[in-house]
Amino acid sequence: MGNNETRGMTVIVKTITRLTLGFILLYGIYITLNGHVSPGGGFAGGVIIALAFMHIMLAFGKEEALKRLRVSRLRILAGAGALIFLILAVRPCGFIDYSVALPLCEMAVVGFGIFAIFTALVLISKTGKYKED
Amino acid sequence: MTEIHVLLLFMIAAAVIAVEAKDLMSSVISVGAVGIGLSIAFLVLKAPDLAIMQLVVEIVSLVILIRATARSDIPFSASGRWAFNTSATIFFLAVFLASAYLVLKDLPPFGSPIMGISTAYIEEALAHGGASNVVASVTLKYRLLDTLGEMTVLFTAVVGILALARKGRQGKEGGYGK
Repeated sequence: MGNNETRGMTVIVKTITRLTLGFILLYGIYITLNGHVSPGGGFAGGVIIALAFMHIMLAFGKEEALKRLRVSRLRILAGAGALIFLILAVRPCGFIDYSVALPLCEMAVVGFGIFAIFTALVLISKTGKYKED
Repeated sequence: MTEIHVLLLFMIAAAVIAVEAKDLMSSVISVGAVGIGLSIAFLVLKAPDLAIMQLVVEIVSLVILIRATARSDIPFSASGRWAFNTSATIFFLAVFLASAYLVLKDLPPFGSPIMGISTAYIEEALAHGGASNVVASVTLKYRLLDTLGEMTVLFTAVVGILALARKGRQGKEGGYGK
């Protein structure tokens, strides 16, 4: 169990992850951008995108996942999403399509925020009582 | 309504199993079963937005809970302090029932139309909502401040957890923030 976090899972899981990852990300983006037409929206799309990155982290190990998306970048993306959402919400401006812009900001906050929480949990347990490496 | 009743019975059974199970992993999986049942119930009640949301959030929380409980047998004891536990349960049940009474007594009486304000939403949302989905235009136009508050709560939670995680790593070199 402890080795799973550094090396990842078996080659079967890695191959399937490589195949399905694009589809999961695409579905998350679709849910986010089509939230004003069909069921969905920024929250659900953001959680799906966070799940895609969790998928990488569980299958390939944390080193590989953090190589693709650093925690500092996660914080910048989530913070930028929250800031743009706040500006758009309190100071409306006419030339922006709100039904696209607001779900995008919500997706950034929710997706990168939840993945950052998951990353933090993974990294915390490394320093905790059950140190295994 | 039969499907709803079957789903409710299933969810109640799963919740009871989740509370009573000795093994933590079994409880986590039973909690997941409750969530899946709730998601199907939303779908049966014709709320696909909530169904998608519930399903996705359920998967995330299941992953995090399994991640938290898989590694170790966390000692958990419900024995002892039964007087405190029972009185706390009775106290919270009383508070819950009292607030439920206060809320439910203001419901409109049976037979009167319950669609008061929501009729206006349904009629006007498509006209000046800008979105062809009524749910989206309600969240993004009429209740934008509500959504802003929701974002604030979530962002605060993220910032708080990240701050706690950073504090835990302060002693090591090559810290968490890099």
